[in-house]
Amino acid sequence: MFDFAWVWRNLPKIWDLLMQHVVLSYVPVVVGLIIALPVGVACVRWRWCYPIALAASSAFFAIPSLALFVLILPYTGLTPATAIIPLTLYTASLLLRNIVDGIKSTDDSVRQAAAAMGYRPMRRLIGIELPIATPLVLGGLRVAAVANISMVSVASVIGVASLGDLFIDGTQRFFATPIIVGIVLTAVLALVTDLVLVFVQRVLTPWGQIRRVK
Amino acid sequence: MNVFDEIWAWFANPENWSGYASIPVRLVEHLGYSALAIVCAFVIAFPLGAILGHLHRGGAVVLTIANLIRALPTLGLLTLMVILAGIGLLPPMVALVVLAIPPILVNTYEGIRFVNAGVVDAAKGVGLRGPSILFRVELPVALPIIMLGIRLAAIQVVASATIAAYVGLGGLGRFIFDGLGRQDFAQMAGGSVIAAVLAIATEVVFILIAVLATSPGVLGRERLRFSSLTRKKVAS
Repeated sequence: MFDFAWVWRNLPKIWDLLMQHVVLSYVPVVVGLIIALPVGVACVRWRWCYPIALAASSAFFAIPSLALFVLILPYTGLTPATAIIPLTLYTASLLLRNIVDGIKSTDDSVRQAAAAMGYRPMRRLIGIELPIATPLVLGGLRVAAVANISMVSVASVIGVASLGDLFIDGTQRFFATPIIVGIVLTAVLALVTDLVLVFVQRVLTPWGQIRRVK
Repeated sequence: MNVFDEIWAWFANPENWSGYASIPVRLVEHLGYSALAIVCAFVIAFPLGAILGHLHRGGAVVLTIANLIRALPTLGLLTLMVILAGIGLLPPMVALVVLAIPPILVNTYEGIRFVNAGVVDAAKGVGLRGPSILFRVELPVALPIIMLGIRLAAIQVVASATIAAYVGLGGLGRFIFDGLGRQDFAQMAGGSVIAAVLAIATEVVFILIAVLATSPGVLGRERLRFSSLTRKKVAS
């Protein structure tokens, strides 16, 4: 059922695919956050933007990843960009709601206190509202990261290398070992990423711990 | 020929609209797989989430299991099931049901678990007991959150059902994989466009169902009507 010798022989190849998988799933999370932050801030500043951006992003999020990979294939070819661009847009659309809700969750008294202390809107945003939004944003980031890690493997179907190659290899040779290796590595990568983000959240928002003790 | 012209030509070709592998047939297959998977996932996840949420038990377990399941790659599960169970309806069904369980389970659990405690107390106060509280108070109040979970599950299933074609089944993914095999980009892109439109349509339909199914009191419409009434009275 499980062929350890195969795993041993193919260790370098599996490692390469894992690294490729990490790149294809992490880059979209980072770039998606960088795109979603200004959009989210704009949606809080100009309220009429928000319903439009929300409708667009949730409609976008519904589109199957395989369909998007295929549709941008003629422009990007078989490069990592074919997987990275759709996943980046998914991440950004998933994060938008969390960023807006997070910034809006700042208490009005806190905002007024900041104004009284002489904070101007830009400094208030960076120094106060964004830190308060951090737990919600990181919550969204965790969901996006895990979703990306699971979705990247679909890109293998159209020829962009990732751990998904193991599923295709296993299906073509009717051989379960690569598939099991692929599933386990994908799941472990997702769980490790999730743990790292939980850790990042604890470091960035130490006040979250105090509330939990109460 | 330009990419858009190619896709347009594919849609305009009457051959693609009739016969056993036509667009309508693939669409119906796709909807069939998706509906079956969502119903199966609902039957498994909804009672579990509702009962645990009502009892206020097992929250950590529910979330951990849901996150573990979410970490599983759908394509991997699908291909592994094909090797274990052979080609057929079972592998894609397992993969799609597993995909649909976490959102339904988590949203049902959290929706019911976090119904305002005052509302549940009031229900006890007027003499309702366990099951009636669940069915007559907690479920209606939690309905928007539960429907959101079902909607998320439905979108994911409709989107991922395209992958079922990788292991030889029908559905809209057939166009993508057949196109891939024949280097026929127009077919791949055409199938992708239909899948994308279907996914967005699914989302819209489920939003409408959620709005229609939710009690007006929970939606806040009733309150609006009431407040406008009182305002009129005051004015007169």
